[in-house]
Amino acid sequence: MVDQSAVGRAFTPVTARVEPGRLRFFLDTLGETNPVYRDGTAAPVPPTYLFCLEMMDATVPFEFLTALGIDLARVLHGEQRFDYHAPVVIGDTLTFHPRVASVTDKKGGAMTLIVVDTPVTNQNGIHVADVSRTIVVRNARPS
Amino acid sequence: MSSSVPSVGDVIVHKEFAPITRHRLALYCGASGDHNPIHVDIDFAKAAGFPDVFAHGMLVMGYLGQALTDAVAPSRIRSFSTRFAAITQLGAKLTCEGTVTELIEQGGEQRAKLALTTKDQNGEIKLAGEAIIAL
Repeated sequence: MVDQSAVGRAFTPVTARVEPGRLRFFLDTLGETNPVYRDGTAAPVPPTYLFCLEMMDATVPFEFLTALGIDLARVLHGEQRFDYHAPVVIGDTLTFHPRVASVTDKKGGAMTLIVVDTPVTNQNGIHVADVSRTIVVRNARPS
Repeated sequence: MSSSVPSVGDVIVHKEFAPITRHRLALYCGASGDHNPIHVDIDFAKAAGFPDVFAHGMLVMGYLGQALTDAVAPSRIRSFSTRFAAITQLGAKLTCEGTVTELIEQGGEQRAKLALTTKDQNGEIKLAGEAIIAL
Protein backbone atom coordinates (compact mmCIF):
# COMPACT_ATOMS: atom_id res chain seq x y z
CA MET A 1 0.00 0.00 0.00
CA VAL A 2 1.19 3.50 -0.77
CA ASP A 3 2.10 5.45 2.37
CA GLN A 4 3.25 8.94 3.35
CA SER A 5 6.78 8.22 2.16
CA ALA A 6 5.49 8.76 -1.39
CA VAL A 7 4.65 12.42 -0.74
CA GLY A 8 7.04 14.70 -2.59
CA ARG A 9 8.16 11.99 -4.96
CA ALA A 10 8.74 13.39 -8.45
CA PHE A 11 8.50 11.49 -11.71
CA THR A 12 10.22 11.84 -15.07
CA PRO A 13 9.24 15.14 -16.71
CA VAL A 14 7.30 14.71 -19.96
CA THR A 15 7.77 17.00 -22.95
CA ALA A 16 4.96 17.09 -25.50
CA ARG A 17 4.25 19.22 -28.53
CA VAL A 18 0.74 20.39 -29.44
CA GLU A 19 0.56 18.82 -32.90
CA PRO A 20 -2.31 19.82 -35.23
CA GLY A 21 -2.97 16.29 -36.52
CA ARG A 22 -3.37 14.56 -33.21
CA LEU A 23 -5.29 17.53 -31.81
CA ARG A 24 -7.72 17.14 -34.74
CA PHE A 25 -8.14 13.45 -33.84
CA PHE A 26 -9.04 14.48 -30.28
CA LEU A 27 -11.52 17.14 -31.48
CA ASP A 28 -13.17 14.71 -33.90
CA THR A 29 -13.42 12.03 -31.21
CA LEU A 30 -15.34 14.40 -28.96
CA GLY A 31 -17.51 15.64 -31.83
CA GLU A 32 -16.09 19.10 -31.14
CA THR A 33 -17.17 21.47 -33.92
CA ASN A 34 -16.46 24.82 -32.22
CA PRO A 35 -14.55 26.84 -34.86
CA VAL A 36 -12.33 28.44 -32.18
CA TYR A 37 -10.30 25.22 -32.03
CA ARG A 38 -9.78 25.03 -35.81
CA ASP A 39 -8.68 28.62 -36.26
CA GLY A 40 -5.32 28.06 -37.92
CA THR A 41 -2.04 28.40 -36.12
CA ALA A 42 -3.08 30.28 -32.99
CA ALA A 43 -5.93 27.96 -32.01
CA PRO A 44 -6.19 27.23 -28.28
CA VAL A 45 -6.34 23.68 -26.95
CA PRO A 46 -9.53 22.32 -25.33
CA PRO A 47 -9.61 22.65 -21.51
CA THR A 48 -8.82 18.98 -20.74
CA TYR A 49 -6.20 18.44 -23.45
CA LEU A 50 -3.21 19.08 -21.16
CA PHE A 51 -4.05 15.83 -19.37
CA CYS A 52 -3.86 13.97 -22.70
CA LEU A 53 -0.60 15.52 -23.87
CA GLU A 54 1.21 14.30 -20.77
CA MET A 55 -0.02 10.74 -21.32
CA MET A 56 0.64 10.73 -25.08
CA ASP A 57 4.32 11.53 -24.82
CA ALA A 58 5.23 9.86 -21.54
CA THR A 59 8.24 7.62 -22.13
CA VAL A 60 7.03 5.38 -19.31
CA PRO A 61 3.22 5.09 -19.50
CA PHE A 62 1.55 5.29 -16.07
CA GLU A 63 4.97 5.79 -14.49
CA PHE A 64 3.53 7.12 -11.23
CA LEU A 65 1.56 3.89 -10.83
CA THR A 66 4.39 1.48 -11.56
CA ALA A 67 6.85 3.56 -9.52
CA LEU A 68 4.53 3.39 -6.50
CA GLY A 69 3.70 -0.29 -7.05
CA ILE A 70 0.02 0.34 -7.88
CA ASP A 71 -1.90 -2.10 -10.08
CA LEU A 72 -3.57 -0.23 -12.97
CA ALA A 73 -6.65 -2.45 -12.61
CA ARG A 74 -7.24 -1.07 -9.08
CA VAL A 75 -7.22 2.60 -10.01
CA LEU A 76 -10.12 4.97 -10.58
CA HIS A 77 -9.98 8.67 -11.37
CA GLY A 78 -11.32 10.57 -8.36
CA GLU A 79 -10.89 14.24 -9.17
CA GLN A 80 -9.25 16.41 -11.79
CA ARG A 81 -8.33 20.07 -11.71
CA PHE A 82 -6.79 22.53 -14.18
CA ASP A 83 -5.59 26.05 -13.37
CA TYR A 84 -4.75 28.04 -16.48
CA HIS A 85 -2.18 30.83 -16.21
CA ALA A 86 -1.24 31.57 -19.84
CA PRO A 87 -2.49 30.55 -23.30
CA VAL A 88 -1.51 27.19 -24.84
CA VAL A 89 -1.80 27.07 -28.63
CA ILE A 90 -1.00 24.74 -31.52
CA GLY A 91 2.74 24.39 -31.99
CA ASP A 92 3.65 24.93 -28.33
CA THR A 93 6.02 22.51 -26.67
CA LEU A 94 5.06 21.83 -23.07
CA THR A 95 6.90 20.18 -20.22
CA PHE A 96 5.04 18.45 -17.40
CA HIS A 97 6.60 18.03 -13.95
CA PRO A 98 4.51 15.52 -11.95
CA ARG A 99 4.97 15.14 -8.19
CA VAL A 100 2.97 13.42 -5.44
CA ALA A 101 1.25 16.11 -3.36
CA SER A 102 -0.62 13.95 -0.85
CA VAL A 103 -1.57 10.42 0.15
CA THR A 104 -4.74 9.87 2.19
CA ASP A 105 -6.22 6.61 3.42
CA LYS A 106 -10.01 6.32 3.35
CA LYS A 107 -12.51 3.85 4.72
CA GLY A 108 -10.09 2.23 7.12
CA GLY A 109 -7.52 1.62 4.42
CA ALA A 110 -9.94 0.15 1.85
CA MET A 111 -9.07 3.06 -0.44
CA THR A 112 -6.10 5.37 -0.82
CA LEU A 113 -6.40 8.78 -2.47
CA ILE A 114 -3.25 9.99 -4.17
CA VAL A 115 -2.96 13.54 -5.47
CA VAL A 116 -0.38 14.19 -8.19
CA ASP A 117 0.27 17.87 -8.94
CA THR A 118 1.83 18.74 -12.29
CA PRO A 119 3.06 22.23 -13.11
CA VAL A 120 3.27 22.79 -16.89
CA THR A 121 5.75 25.11 -18.60
CA ASN A 122 6.06 26.03 -22.27
CA GLN A 123 9.01 26.39 -24.66
CA ASN A 124 9.73 29.89 -23.30
CA GLY A 125 9.79 28.72 -19.70
CA ILE A 126 6.42 30.31 -18.96
CA HIS A 127 4.36 28.53 -16.30
CA VAL A 128 1.17 28.04 -18.36
CA ALA A 129 -0.89 25.76 -16.14
CA ASP A 130 -1.16 23.53 -13.12
CA VAL A 131 -2.79 20.15 -13.53
CA SER A 132 -3.83 18.12 -10.50
CA ARG A 133 -5.23 14.62 -10.55
CA THR A 134 -6.58 12.58 -7.68
CA ILE A 135 -6.55 8.85 -8.16
CA VAL A 136 -8.44 6.37 -6.03
CA VAL A 137 -6.71 3.07 -5.36
CA ARG A 138 -9.04 0.23 -4.38
CA ASN A 139 -6.75 -1.63 -1.98
CA ALA A 140 -6.81 -5.42 -1.77
CA ARG A 141 -8.53 -6.56 1.40
CA PRO A 142 -6.52 -8.97 3.52
CA SER A 143 -8.09 -12.41 3.30
CA MET B 1 -20.07 34.54 -24.47
CA SER B 2 -22.32 37.57 -24.66
CA SER B 3 -21.03 40.89 -23.43
CA SER B 4 -23.73 41.13 -20.77
CA VAL B 5 -22.68 40.19 -17.26
CA PRO B 6 -24.47 37.06 -16.05
CA SER B 7 -26.40 36.94 -12.80
CA VAL B 8 -26.15 34.40 -10.01
CA GLY B 9 -28.53 31.57 -10.85
CA ASP B 10 -28.21 31.93 -14.62
CA VAL B 11 -27.75 28.62 -16.45
CA ILE B 12 -25.19 29.60 -19.07
CA VAL B 13 -23.95 26.10 -19.99
CA HIS B 14 -26.25 23.42 -21.37
CA LYS B 15 -25.43 20.68 -23.85
CA GLU B 16 -26.58 17.13 -24.52
CA PHE B 17 -24.47 14.40 -26.06
CA ALA B 18 -25.15 11.22 -28.03
CA PRO B 19 -25.06 7.91 -26.12
CA ILE B 20 -21.56 6.61 -25.34
CA THR B 21 -20.58 3.65 -27.51
CA ARG B 22 -17.73 1.14 -27.40
CA HIS B 23 -16.51 2.72 -30.62
CA ARG B 24 -16.26 6.14 -28.92
CA LEU B 25 -14.22 4.62 -26.08
CA ALA B 26 -11.84 3.02 -28.58
CA LEU B 27 -11.40 6.32 -30.40
CA TYR B 28 -10.85 8.19 -27.13
CA CYS B 29 -8.24 5.62 -26.07
CA GLY B 30 -6.22 6.50 -29.16
CA ALA B 31 -6.96 10.22 -29.29
CA SER B 32 -6.26 10.92 -25.61
CA GLY B 33 -3.16 8.79 -25.08
CA ASP B 34 -4.95 7.07 -22.17
CA HIS B 35 -4.41 3.43 -23.09
CA ASN B 36 -5.75 1.98 -19.84
CA PRO B 37 -7.34 -1.29 -21.09
CA ILE B 38 -10.14 -1.09 -18.51
CA HIS B 39 -12.04 1.21 -20.93
CA VAL B 40 -11.72 -0.89 -24.09
CA ASP B 41 -10.91 -4.50 -23.17
CA ILE B 42 -13.86 -6.31 -21.59
CA ASP B 43 -11.65 -9.19 -20.43
CA PHE B 44 -9.44 -6.78 -18.51
CA ALA B 45 -12.47 -4.95 -17.08
CA LYS B 46 -14.03 -8.20 -15.85
CA ALA B 47 -10.77 -9.38 -14.29
CA ALA B 48 -10.69 -6.04 -12.44
CA GLY B 49 -14.17 -6.74 -11.02
CA PHE B 50 -16.33 -4.66 -13.37
CA PRO B 51 -19.23 -6.07 -15.41
CA ASP B 52 -18.10 -4.33 -18.60
CA VAL B 53 -15.85 -1.58 -19.89
CA PHE B 54 -16.85 1.96 -18.89
CA ALA B 55 -16.13 5.49 -20.05
CA HIS B 56 -12.88 7.28 -19.29
CA GLY B 57 -13.60 9.97 -16.70
CA MET B 58 -11.62 12.33 -18.88
CA LEU B 59 -13.86 11.63 -21.90
CA VAL B 60 -16.80 12.77 -19.78
CA MET B 61 -14.83 15.78 -18.53
CA GLY B 62 -13.94 16.45 -22.18
CA TYR B 63 -17.66 16.67 -22.98
CA LEU B 64 -18.18 18.98 -19.99
CA GLY B 65 -15.30 21.13 -21.25
CA GLN B 66 -16.91 21.24 -24.69
CA ALA B 67 -20.22 22.37 -23.18
CA LEU B 68 -18.31 25.01 -21.19
CA THR B 69 -16.41 26.41 -24.17
CA ASP B 70 -19.58 26.54 -26.26
CA ALA B 71 -20.61 29.24 -23.79
CA VAL B 72 -17.27 30.73 -22.72
CA ALA B 73 -14.18 31.39 -24.88
CA PRO B 74 -11.34 29.05 -23.84
CA SER B 75 -9.13 32.10 -23.14
CA ARG B 76 -11.55 33.21 -20.41
CA ILE B 77 -11.38 30.01 -18.37
CA ARG B 78 -9.17 30.45 -15.30
CA SER B 79 -9.78 27.08 -13.68
CA PHE B 80 -11.80 23.95 -14.36
CA SER B 81 -12.17 21.11 -11.90
CA THR B 82 -14.39 18.16 -11.27
CA ARG B 83 -15.04 15.22 -9.01
CA PHE B 84 -15.87 11.94 -10.70
CA ALA B 85 -18.93 11.02 -8.65
CA ALA B 86 -19.92 7.81 -10.42
CA ILE B 87 -18.74 5.56 -13.22
CA THR B 88 -20.24 6.45 -16.62
CA GLN B 89 -21.61 3.31 -18.27
CA LEU B 90 -21.89 2.39 -21.94
CA GLY B 91 -25.02 3.87 -23.48
CA ALA B 92 -25.06 6.82 -21.11
CA LYS B 93 -26.69 9.86 -22.65
CA LEU B 94 -25.03 12.80 -20.95
CA THR B 95 -26.30 16.29 -20.25
CA CYS B 96 -23.85 18.95 -19.10
CA GLU B 97 -24.94 22.11 -17.31
CA GLY B 98 -23.33 25.08 -15.68
CA THR B 99 -24.94 27.62 -13.34
CA VAL B 100 -23.46 30.89 -12.11
CA THR B 101 -23.04 30.64 -8.33
CA GLU B 102 -20.96 33.69 -7.51
CA LEU B 103 -19.57 36.87 -9.05
CA ILE B 104 -16.14 37.71 -7.68
CA GLU B 105 -13.19 40.04 -8.13
CA GLN B 106 -9.99 38.07 -8.27
CA GLY B 107 -6.59 38.50 -9.90
CA GLY B 108 -7.50 42.08 -10.83
CA GLU B 109 -10.51 41.12 -12.94
CA GLN B 110 -14.20 40.40 -12.66
CA ARG B 111 -14.88 36.68 -12.61
CA ALA B 112 -17.79 34.29 -12.23
CA LYS B 113 -17.83 30.97 -10.48
CA LEU B 114 -19.87 28.26 -12.17
CA ALA B 115 -21.20 25.04 -10.68
CA LEU B 116 -20.96 22.32 -13.32
CA THR B 117 -22.71 18.97 -13.53
CA THR B 118 -22.84 16.07 -15.92
CA LYS B 119 -25.82 13.76 -15.52
CA ASP B 120 -26.92 10.67 -17.39
CA GLN B 121 -30.38 9.97 -18.80
CA ASN B 122 -31.55 8.83 -15.33
CA GLY B 123 -30.47 12.07 -13.72
CA GLU B 124 -27.56 10.43 -11.93
CA ILE B 125 -24.68 12.84 -11.35
CA LYS B 126 -21.50 11.57 -12.98
CA LEU B 127 -19.38 14.68 -12.64
CA ALA B 128 -19.76 17.55 -10.19
CA GLY B 129 -17.37 20.37 -10.85
CA GLU B 130 -16.58 24.04 -10.93
CA ALA B 131 -15.11 26.59 -13.28
CA ILE B 132 -13.92 30.12 -12.74
CA ILE B 133 -14.23 32.35 -15.79
CA ALA B 134 -13.20 35.90 -16.53
CA LEU B 135 -16.10 38.16 -17.52
